[in-house]
Amino acid sequence: MVELFFGYLAGAVVVLSLLVVFSRNAVHSVLWMLLMFLHMAGLYLLLNAEFLAATQVIVYAGAILVLFLFVIMLLNITEEMRLEQFTVGWPMGVSVSLGVLIAMLAALSGFRTDLKGPWSIEAVERTTHTKALGKVLYTEYMLPFEIASLVLLVAIVGAVYLAKKRLR
Amino acid sequence: MVPLHWYLWLGSVVFAIGMFGFLTKRNVIIMLLSIELMLNGVNISLVALSHYMQDLRGQILVFFIIVVAAAEAAIGLAIVIALFRNKATAHVDEITGMKG
Amino acid sequence: MMKLFELLIQPGSFDILLDILVVVLKIAVVIAVVMLHVAYATYFERKVIGHMQVRMGPREVGPHGLLQPVADMLKLFFKEDIIPARADKPVFYLAPVISLMAALSSLAVIPFFDGFVIADINIGLLFILAVSSLGSYGIVLSGWASNSKYSFLGGLRSMAQVISYEVAMGLSLVGVMIMAGSLNLTEIVRAQASYPAGMFAVPQVLGFFVFIVAAIAETNRAPFDLPEAESELVAGYFVEYSGMRFALFYAAEYIGMIVMGALAVTCFLGGWTVPGFVTAVLPFLEHVPGVVWFIGKLYFIIFFYYWIRATLPRYRYDQLMNIGWKILIPLALVNILITGIAKVIL
Repeated sequence: MVELFFGYLAGAVVVLSLLVVFSRNAVHSVLWMLLMFLHMAGLYLLLNAEFLAATQVIVYAGAILVLFLFVIMLLNITEEMRLEQFTVGWPMGVSVSLGVLIAMLAALSGFRTDLKGPWSIEAVERTTHTKALGKVLYTEYMLPFEIASLVLLVAIVGAVYLAKKRLR
Repeated sequence: MVPLHWYLWLGSVVFAIGMFGFLTKRNVIIMLLSIELMLNGVNISLVALSHYMQDLRGQILVFFIIVVAAAEAAIGLAIVIALFRNKATAHVDEITGMKG
Repeated sequence: MMKLFELLIQPGSFDILLDILVVVLKIAVVIAVVMLHVAYATYFERKVIGHMQVRMGPREVGPHGLLQPVADMLKLFFKEDIIPARADKPVFYLAPVISLMAALSSLAVIPFFDGFVIADINIGLLFILAVSSLGSYGIVLSGWASNSKYSFLGGLRSMAQVISYEVAMGLSLVGVMIMAGSLNLTEIVRAQASYPAGMFAVPQVLGFFVFIVAAIAETNRAPFDLPEAESELVAGYFVEYSGMRFALFYAAEYIGMIVMGALAVTCFLGGWTVPGFVTAVLPFLEHVPGVVWFIGKLYFIIFFYYWIRATLPRYRYDQLMNIGWKILIPLALVNILITGIAKVIL
């Protein structure tokens, strides 16, 4: 049963990612991406990461993609659709990404999964996923967490400065 | 039970598709979308590893990746807007001059 | 296919089928009841606002105009479905459906009374925030796909508004999460029942205020109805829609209102429970079923929406943004700070 769900979600994710890259209309690209994120959230649910699934939808679908949509609406879509969508160097891009894919697939067989951490599925379910994540995040990863907030602050300031009209 | 390798294969395929999009598309916005695709490919591998190795560290990393993705999208799109204001184009191969 | 069939005839799979059947039945009941409430919420709104403006409201169809929603529905069903020639057709078709689905799926995690919730998940509150953030897609896509200046402006405005106020709404709910120590809506209601005041609206006054204002803005209701301001943008993002698709938007708006009201009831007003000090004085109230309390509180919130709509004029766009970013978000942050300190000390 789980294999069935995985098959559907994984197939959908791959097909939707291809559609994101290959569709001519940028707004349609964003919509395929939205569907891709939702299926990704489904995969996280299969992996018992419910909090991450919700975060994925809230942050990616609810904030980041809307930002993309905002900017895409600056473009002239009808004109854009008549133009060539790939750069002249596309054969290079295909070969590089295919090479990376083959290298990654070849390297995957070397993974060792016999080392197990303390958070088995039962342990996570007992404390609920949100609490378990919070415990690890706010003890072991306190400093990176603070740095992440600083990164966001810098991003806000930078984005506002870059996008605002020059005052003359 | 789904073996771990299926998830890792899926992650690498999504990563490769995103890489392809980043290297070949002319539109800067779609290139930024492709970066998000690559990050998502990494995310799914990290969550799968964290689930199968019974350790939450992978998922914490996914958190930070999401934070960085949000920051990157905000900055990247602000740059696109600034570019659009100066050059009225969103195509990478038309941006050839320096010193704007 | 064979494997699926084998799965079905295994012992124990009958229980799974039964579970699925129960869930489907629950979904059908909830959707039917909510749709009925949506139909009569429009009637209720017209009556309430009519009386507030010293008019009678609808009176023609049926006694006291009680069949007015039915007449409206029939009219909208039989109207011609017009699609603008240069619209992006698939997106144009999809946008109202996205709106409606986003509104409807939030209902899945709301506990209507003790033990009656379609999906009792651990992250119920986050689920609602996630799903309601998808609702803005319906609005902005309808504005973009209809290829019209008015609807495009309405869509852009609405997107900016919904995103800004979503931050305030999420932050205002953090206080509730801290006090209840859970994201599960049933647990949140239980935590309120064991709290002396019986509801979180008392210790979380600030959060409650921010939530109510943000909820009004989220559902694009007056005085924050800029996206559909009929006097400047004709009707905002759904100018080009007609007939059935227009009705879908309309239903989505009212379902969104009911969802936000239900969220306010579960998170701040104690859900289906009655405060302990009330039952101590009037013990017979304990025998009133929980769903009655829930619907009563919900209708109080919805009445409050109508009351505000009949009282306040519409805000200007810059005022709207100022309220969102300079008043509501700092207030919500102060609320989190106070709640966190109180939680640590007590």
